[in-house]
Amino acid sequence: MDATTEHVGDAVGTNVETNIDMDDLMQKMAEHKGCGTSGSSGKASCGSGAGQNDLPTEIWEKVKNHPCYSEEAHHHYARMHVAVAPACNIQCNYCNRKYDCANESRPGVVSEKLTPEQAAKKVLAVASTIPQMTVLGIAGPGDPLANPEKTFKTFELISKTAPDIKLCLSTNGLTLPDHVDTIARYNVDHVTITINMVDPEVGAKIYPWIFWKHKRYTGYEAAKILTDRQLQGLEMLTERGILCKINSVMIPGINDQHLVEVNKAVKSRGAFLHNIMPLISAPEHGTVFGLNGQRGPSAQELKALQDSCEGEMNMMRHCRQCRADAVGLLGEDRSAEFTTDKIMAMDVNYDMEGRKAYQAMVEEERVAKVAAKQEELETLAGAQSDIKLLVAVATKGSGLINEHFGHAKEFQVYELSTAGAKFVGHRRVDLYCQGGFGDEDSLETVIRAINDCHAVFVAKVGGCPKADLAKAGIDPVDQYAHEFIEKSAITWFKDYLDKVKSGEIEHVARGDAAIRQGALISAA
Amino acid sequence: MTLKIIASQCTSCSACEPECPNVAISEKNGTFVIDPKKCTECLGHFDEPQCAAVCPVDNTCVIDPAFPRYQVPA
Ligand code: SF4
Ligand code: SF4
Ligand code: SF4
Repeated sequence: MDATTEHVGDAVGTNVETNIDMDDLMQKMAEHKGCGTSGSSGKASCGSGAGQNDLPTEIWEKVKNHPCYSEEAHHHYARMHVAVAPACNIQCNYCNRKYDCANESRPGVVSEKLTPEQAAKKVLAVASTIPQMTVLGIAGPGDPLANPEKTFKTFELISKTAPDIKLCLSTNGLTLPDHVDTIARYNVDHVTITINMVDPEVGAKIYPWIFWKHKRYTGYEAAKILTDRQLQGLEMLTERGILCKINSVMIPGINDQHLVEVNKAVKSRGAFLHNIMPLISAPEHGTVFGLNGQRGPSAQELKALQDSCEGEMNMMRHCRQCRADAVGLLGEDRSAEFTTDKIMAMDVNYDMEGRKAYQAMVEEERVAKVAAKQEELETLAGAQSDIKLLVAVATKGSGLINEHFGHAKEFQVYELSTAGAKFVGHRRVDLYCQGGFGDEDSLETVIRAINDCHAVFVAKVGGCPKADLAKAGIDPVDQYAHEFIEKSAITWFKDYLDKVKSGEIEHVARGDAAIRQGALISAA
Repeated sequence: MTLKIIASQCTSCSACEPECPNVAISEKNGTFVIDPKKCTECLGHFDEPQCAAVCPVDNTCVIDPAFPRYQVPA
């Protein structure tokens, strides 16, 4: 159950967006890339790394509404995964096969297994209820390509009824070369491959064995076959114009330095995005790494590695390693509303027109947000400062600061500099506020998770946590409630710079932060 | 002999089912079972029992000593 699926693929000509003019598109792409991150790197200010300069327009067309691939779209569009493929053909040391695939889901989570027919019905039911749902992924538990019949049957059923839904798939890559033609046939245009190494010496420490051509291989030999097959599959997909994202799990001491090599290897073979995820390992997950005490990276280590790869290609920083059967915008989960029992009893009426209208509205919202940010950014022009800092934001989506501090299950983290506000990732936390009572321990956990931030932007925050946050050196900011994130962050940052200049406050660097272990299993 | 699946360890991942050259494996009450009448230990088909080779849990597809050793028909 190694790799899983992700979602993708849009049926030709049914992309929900039509009539996008180039300026609009460029602006969105610029935003998506965190336009204005140029700074010292000397790159063009929009589309740093492999921005639109390197990527053909068709690729951006495919990416821009994908909640997994577009940093910006994931605020507005939703995806879902269905678990139809439980079998796997390799073993990963960070995976316990009692649970879902750890490559795209968080460890320690079990998804309900569905037949392709149940899965198709579920997708249609969800898509009818949540018009933002535009992407379906097959995400294990297991490797979708170790279960090719179930995976492709599901795609076939869905593409018949709901051709506007993008299909995607992710895989450990072992059998990928055998299925490339089928993948192309179903219009699956985004494939995620989990690649943790390109050197079998490193691979032998991550993969105890693989099952290939009726034989179990171990050690160096296993890792050699795996890496050869992964890279071959990647090349075959990109040759056919199918988008490929690479997932890598950062395992300190095993592949952390090596991932820079991986990044080069996959970029040179045409991957368009590289997502480096932290190893999540706790003894209770029962994984090899969990049991042998292998630690995961800290937030600072992860960011340093992502930064060092960024010049090479696009890095994806918003992956939440959400669970495989999750339903909703990234980071949110509405799967409790769509259990198999409820779905089978539902009478589903797939309303393509309604979905289109809704999505058009979302587009307007997105454009408004971009405009607000551009305006604010102009006021920063001319400001000179080397200060770069992180802020955390509590949001429910739509690019707004619209979540109560105590209700936030995660915070989005932006890096602020005179180049603007750049989304750099998010931090999961336990709910601080359960039923109205903030409890002290979880407040500490929240503070640890955002300890590298100078401020936290919220819609509302209680008096007590406010005082504790301030004591920890994190400025609780609630005056931008329900306003756009980037615009507010830039306004705040300008103010901060002014205060530093006038000597009212002194700029000090912050410490490191902890990455939350364990699965996010509570329903939204 | 034939192989059997230790039900308490089976994760029901279904990986073994399609690998069996004799279609001896099926799902029963949430876990997978081997039909001893059909299992040939993969003799004559592959070098190693496929179910054991693909199973993610070590020592879950094991030889069942309750049955005599399978003989490849001459
Ligand atoms: S955020 Fe990560 S795990 Fe979640 S759907 Fe996207 S790629 Fe998959
Ligand atoms: S040993 Fe071979 S024949 Fe017997 S159940 Fe396993 S796969 Fe089937
Ligand atoms: S491969 Fe092993 S764990 Fe999976 S269904 Fe077969 S016996 Fe059970």
